[in-house]
This record gives sequence, C-alpha cells and structure tokens, in this order.
Amino acid sequence: MREELLQQAEAVLEEWVKARGEVPTAETIEGFRLLALHRQGARGVPSFNACRETCREIAYHYNLLADEQGQKTLQMMTLLVEHLRLFVRGKLEVEGLGEFCCSSRALRQEPETEASPHG
Amino acid sequence: MSKYQKVAYYPGCALEGTGHAYNQSTKMVGKALGLELDEVKDWNCCGAMEVKNVDPKVQTYLSSRVMSIAANEMQAKVVMAPCNGCYHNLKKAEYDLAHDEASRQVVERISKKAGHDTYQAGQVETIHALDWIKDGIGEDELKRRLKGSLKGLKVANYYGCMYTRPRHIFPEKDQGAGSESTSQPHFMDDLLAAAGAENVDFPLKTACCGGAHTLSDSDTSTKLVLNILRAAEAAGADVIATECPTCHSGLEMHQVRAEKVLGQKTTVKMLYFTQLLGVALGVSPRKLGVHENVSDGLSLLKEKQLV
Repeated sequence: MREELLQQAEAVLEEWVKARGEVPTAETIEGFRLLALHRQGARGVPSFNACRETCREIAYHYNLLADEQGQKTLQMMTLLVEHLRLFVRGKLEVEGLGEFCCSSRALRQEPETEASPHG
Repeated sequence: MSKYQKVAYYPGCALEGTGHAYNQSTKMVGKALGLELDEVKDWNCCGAMEVKNVDPKVQTYLSSRVMSIAANEMQAKVVMAPCNGCYHNLKKAEYDLAHDEASRQVVERISKKAGHDTYQAGQVETIHALDWIKDGIGEDELKRRLKGSLKGLKVANYYGCMYTRPRHIFPEKDQGAGSESTSQPHFMDDLLAAAGAENVDFPLKTACCGGAHTLSDSDTSTKLVLNILRAAEAAGADVIATECPTCHSGLEMHQVRAEKVLGQKTTVKMLYFTQLLGVALGVSPRKLGVHENVSDGLSLLKEKQLV
C-alpha cells in the first residue's frame, strides 16, 4: 500500500511537471524520486515550495511503514498524498491567473516598467 | 532584562477584525507574563497580499513605514507582529531593503513624499508573538508563572505557511539548537508543552490551507482545510492551536463550509495558542475571547476541566 501511495504522489508531481512542458525526471534525492520531482517542479516557481514539507512527510511516512504496519501511519500518509493532490490541482487551476501561494512569491519578480507608479 | 520585555506592538488589520480574540488574548498573556506592549502609533496595513500582488514595492514601503514609526518615533528596537501575514511582510520588507537598491529608492521616494523618516534596514528586529514569549520568557519562567495546566489536552500545532516561507527572509531561523526551524517549526509546541499540553505528531503543521484561494476557489480551500482537520483528528488532537488570524479564520470557516457543502463533519476545535496559554496562566476564557471563536472551544475546555 505504501508503494501505491508513493506512486500516486509521484504521479501528481509528474502531472505538474508535464503541464509546464518538461519531462519528469527519473532521478532521485535521498532515495526518493518524489523529492527530485518536487525540486524539478519548484524550479522557477518558488511558490511550489509550499508543498515541499508535504513531500518530505510523505517520504518519512513511507519509511515508517517499512518497519510497521500501523493503520494510523497509513491513514496519515493517505491524507498527506491527498493534500499534495489538492494543492497541485489548485496550483494547476490558477496557473497564469496569479500566485496560488502568496507567501512564497518570488521577491522582485515583476518586470520593471518604464512608467513607474511610484513617481 | 530580556530585549523582548518591552516591544513595539503591531497588531495589523486582522487583529482588529476577525482576529480580535487573538489580539485580546495576546495582550492578556503579555500582562500575565509581565511583558509590555507599546502599540505602534498610527500604524497602517502591511500591504497584505492584495497590495503585494499588485505592486510588491508599495507593499515594501507600507511595511517599512510601520518599522520607521517604531524605530524613529518610538525609539523601539523590536517590533512584534502576532499575525503571520504582517510578520512575513515586515520580514520581507527588511530583506528587500537590505538587498535591493530599487526597493530602497522606492521606499525613500515615497517616505519623503509622505513626510516621515525613511526606514533603514536593521533599525528594528521584527519578531512573531511566538518569539516574544519563547525568547522573552522561555519555558522555565512560563512554568513558574502557571496557575493551571493544559494537562489532558491533545494539541495539533498548526503554523501555516507564512511563518517559515520563504526561508531566506528569516535568517535567524535554522541556526541550530534553540532557534526556530523552517521545516519543522516547534516554538508553539515547546510553549504549549511547557503549559502541560500533550502535542500530537502533526505532519501538516506547515501545509497550505488554501488561504489565498478562499475567494477565487473556495472549494479547493475547503478541501485543503478539511484534509488538515482530518489529519489533526487522525493524529488524536482535541484542538488545533493556531498562531495566525488568517489561518485560524480559514480553519474555522471552512470547517463549517465542509459540513454544509460537502457533508463532511469534523469536530476538532480551534484555539489561538495565546488563548491556550492564557487558560494555563489562569486568565478567564472570556478575557481571552474564547467566546468569539466560531468553533466551540469553551465546551472542550470545560469538558477537559481546564476552566
């Protein structure tokens, strides 16, 4: 079951990477393709880091489930994958309409215009 | 005496509206702990997300004005902002002014027009209410001042996203033992544990609640919040402790909406960490504004015989 959940999480990030016109990486970080996909997906999109800890928690719960068959841990991993899915889906929906996550917006990313509104 | 013993207090707009109970409980906790708040005179909006999305440099200016008043008119060294959004924006402005010449020029130009001193990076230190209590008092002194305990209360600590992201605007975090962590924040956990609470393992403590999406895509926000509430319940929490008025309102309002629109009921309650600390410090729930919360925290506190 943990394998299935991890694959679902990877599939969510693959969808995001493909939507940006890239080929999903096959590389891994700390043994997890999920983390490599996240890094790829966040490149140039700082707001995507809002799901970084969720991805790391998925990896952590995956590891926990290697040593135990706890129903609670499995339930938590399921909720984490669901959170990632909801976040990325929302992100896909609003891409092009503005930042989904205002907190992670890149600093000074707006193009400089000739007519400054501050003058 | 701690440098946080007396700080310039920047409540921000939310604490005068939906976050009124957070404002009230912050003041009550400060009083109970002997920490002084000196409200920033004639403060303005920090720029929030609305201004930031239209023109980030105007947001930098708006936040810099708050810091300028604190530094130049009140001679304060520290500004404390309990709202994650305000805290984040002041830190972002500080970073911009320290690293970006264009931002400095815009701030200088608008400040001159507005007729006040231009804020210079480094004049004040901006902290969150969590830093204020954790570093201003600490767990040992907090324990000494307790009049009650949160014993028997299982708490999921929810920090939201703006308290730690993006990490480069928080240079004091991730500095090893004693400092706050951007990936696994723990200051609220530490304080509530000192007050006797049992913190549960909560993996969504910094997850997105869809707050910025509330109006443009309410359904996604509701589902994100519902997932957070379910995770807290699955972790065994009685209550989610919050430290941001926007997160708090979002969790409460979408809990109601999830039941109405999606037919998904959750029962976990939401209380500001200052309300929980206040209870342990012997402050009455009414003075902490617990009755203003949407979720019925008072019944939970009574059920657990904490009040």
